[in-house]
Amino acid sequence: MSMNVSRREFLKVSAALGGGFALEFSFPAASMALPGAPVQEVNAWIVIHPDDRVVIRIARSEMGQGTYTALAQLVAEELDCDWAKVSAEFASPNEHFRRNRIWGSMSTGGSMGVRSSQDYVRKAGASARAMLVAAAAAQWKVPAAECTVDKGIIAHAASARKLRYGQVAAAAARLAPPQEVKLRDPKDWKIAGKPVHRFDIPDKVRGKPVFATDVALPGMLHASIAQCPVFGGKVKSIDASAAQAMRGVKKIVREENFVAVVADSWWRANEALKKLNIVWDVAGNGDASDVTIAAMLRDGLAQANLPQARNIGDAPAALAAAAKVIEAEYQSPYLNHATPEPQTCTAWLKPEGFLDVWTSTQNAEASMIAAAETAGLPLEKVEVHKMMLGGGFGRRGGPQDFVKQGVAIAKALPGVPVKLMWSREEDMQHGFYRPASLVRMKAGVDAEGKLVAMHTTVACPSILKVLMPEALNKQGIDFTAVRYFSDMPYTVPHQQVDYAMRNGHVPVGFWRAPGQQNAFYRECFIDELALAAGKDPVDYRLALLKAGDKNRLVLEAVAKAAGWGSALPSGVYRGVALADGFGSYTAMVAEVSVSAAGEPVVRRIVVAIDSGHVVNPDTCRAQAESNVVFGLGSILYQENKVKNGRIVEENFNDFRLPQIAEMPKVETVLVPTGGFWGGHGEPAIQPLAPAVCNALFSATGKRIRSLPLSRHDLRRA
Amino acid sequence: MLTLNVNGRKHKVDVEPEMPLLWVLRDHLNLSGTKYGCGIALCGACTVHVDGEPMRSCSLPLSAVVGKAIVTIEGLSQRHLHRVQRAWIEHEVPQCGYCQTGMIMSAAALLAKKPKPTDADIDESMSNLCRCGTYPRVRAAIHALADAPVVGKNS
Ligand code: FES
Ligand code: FES
Repeated sequence: MSMNVSRREFLKVSAALGGGFALEFSFPAASMALPGAPVQEVNAWIVIHPDDRVVIRIARSEMGQGTYTALAQLVAEELDCDWAKVSAEFASPNEHFRRNRIWGSMSTGGSMGVRSSQDYVRKAGASARAMLVAAAAAQWKVPAAECTVDKGIIAHAASARKLRYGQVAAAAARLAPPQEVKLRDPKDWKIAGKPVHRFDIPDKVRGKPVFATDVALPGMLHASIAQCPVFGGKVKSIDASAAQAMRGVKKIVREENFVAVVADSWWRANEALKKLNIVWDVAGNGDASDVTIAAMLRDGLAQANLPQARNIGDAPAALAAAAKVIEAEYQSPYLNHATPEPQTCTAWLKPEGFLDVWTSTQNAEASMIAAAETAGLPLEKVEVHKMMLGGGFGRRGGPQDFVKQGVAIAKALPGVPVKLMWSREEDMQHGFYRPASLVRMKAGVDAEGKLVAMHTTVACPSILKVLMPEALNKQGIDFTAVRYFSDMPYTVPHQQVDYAMRNGHVPVGFWRAPGQQNAFYRECFIDELALAAGKDPVDYRLALLKAGDKNRLVLEAVAKAAGWGSALPSGVYRGVALADGFGSYTAMVAEVSVSAAGEPVVRRIVVAIDSGHVVNPDTCRAQAESNVVFGLGSILYQENKVKNGRIVEENFNDFRLPQIAEMPKVETVLVPTGGFWGGHGEPAIQPLAPAVCNALFSATGKRIRSLPLSRHDLRRA
Repeated sequence: MLTLNVNGRKHKVDVEPEMPLLWVLRDHLNLSGTKYGCGIALCGACTVHVDGEPMRSCSLPLSAVVGKAIVTIEGLSQRHLHRVQRAWIEHEVPQCGYCQTGMIMSAAALLAKKPKPTDADIDESMSNLCRCGTYPRVRAAIHALADAPVVGKNS
């Protein structure tokens, strides 16, 4: 089990994360063990104390999705230890770099936390188990194959001897890891696959300081920040005379594109910030608005010869020859992540030239590089202390804007720890928004009513262009902008997907299930086609899916669980949708009603997910519930409008979050079929908007082609 | 100097009377269990008890709470965890957890007033916002508490 990453590969990764930061850092030789590493460290992932306590190191981040516990379950499963003695800790990002990226990727997004590290963390557990057994066998002078393990106790039956893991951990740590290990068949799992309690919950219910916003250090000061309300703008001038004189204010930090007030409490810093008179240079973006953005997207749809994300058969010719052509345009607005904990970073530039950073990050490697680059320090002089995230949803991975700002502020006050926390208003207006998009779909139906062609044109800003330009494909296509069309599972003989990248000045980013707008468009359009064909929406989809496609299985499972086709209470209507992504297959049935006043109510959601394997069924269910409420706000009323170059919404008054009364009943049907590893952090949000809007069509006869619903009059015509 | 009664202890604080209670708790008394989410009395992350009533501390000037008994999440449980906190662990309620201390303070206040709240009571009293979608479990945990016998001092 080698975690070696070549220097070249690593530079590639850091370029992707940090935008080409030149690394002034020399790596230790291939040796994995650090001088002075604690002797109980059996390998980088596993520390075993003499009293048998097992500490499992976690490289990914925890934002409530349960990865912190699920990864520990996988390690413990192979380690064969006593789960009651297991705890977890975050691996140190500083040590990570000093040990040649020994913990692999620290990035936590794309529902990948478990599925992209399951193989090597399970091998780490199995490898440590083999070393512990070998150490006991050597002590007893018996063959390792004669030893058995039960909950961290190694036994040699023939001689009736036993040793605990804690007794042999130090000796095991000195052994060479085995060349190869065999992993358990998931059907034999005892710890993984079970709904164990999450490690992070007890501290969270006690209100222990686990979040970045909770960091408190001796002599720490607090900062509140103002960035140019018009994206891309810069500070032209400031009049700080009133602010400077306010109680508790220690310093005004002015950088090219922000101003921060540092004070002895956050409230004082923020009050003083309001008194700063800042003149901004809006960089020519002051006239941008929803109107200019809509025109930009529409221009994209008008272009010929766009790069093609999929080309099967000859869609234009098949459309020209079709008996009937059905066409529709759909669109979505920009959307903020609105993480419950605003962006926060505490930075402390110590006199000895070491920088400590505490932050809520979805990618600690990116935070390390952002901090090191801003401070002008090598990576070995930086530590990022990973805190529990008060929500992530994609906001805290790529950009690292808050880390760069936090470190820049700390540089202005060397030796003093400063905690930068954004106000909610700042957070609402300086996000990396889910892209607004406009899509046109054209479907051709032959004389028998069979769907023969589909031609889709997507006009959408590119997330990758902003955050990871090297990830665009050769034709300049951003796969997150075209997915659900470019990888559509329906068997349509002629398909073409065109992509018009149209980047406005609004920064865009990975918002839970990036690209999911397309699932909304596609799955509502499929319902339009089913209606035109006079077919039931479930039957229509099944007819378009190949035999053996796992999408069929989840669709059939959800139809059964939801009682598709059965009678409903009066005034309640159903809709269905299907969307695979993030490694899993997902189908959903929504039940809705609409009041006489036109108010939509989502009453019940049934979702079926096939993620191959399930490591913790309870957190998987919690993630489905989470996706439903997160998506629900964006369906009902959330949008970020643009006027005079800036985001209009300021806080939760004009960017509403659903309340408990609006929460539908959520029934999650887990149908893992084995053989692959899919995610859970995002799948259930993908089919939500189309399932709800398809149900609303049944309820009202109105076809919703843009969100949020607050834009529409849903009273029955 | 203003004197505050927080979690049964007196604290002298030298701050402006208009400073909201939230910031005194977080930045002056180092009680960071009470969270900032919106600052405009909408999200409930900053919920504390003032003379037993759930209040949004981000919008309560200090001058309004002098002489009143303030209880924060840190003071909710004395020796043992409060039964709401225990139910929250049992039902795996929190996800990210950021809203949860406020949620727990609201639930404790609701149950103190109405030991068997209906769904409508929950809808009305639990106005805390949760971005992560813990609502079904919040409801289930409250109902479970309503059905459970009340034992111990922290109830
Ligand atoms: S911070 Fe007080 S209600 Fe949101
Ligand atoms: S648990 Fe994350 S906001 Fe409620």
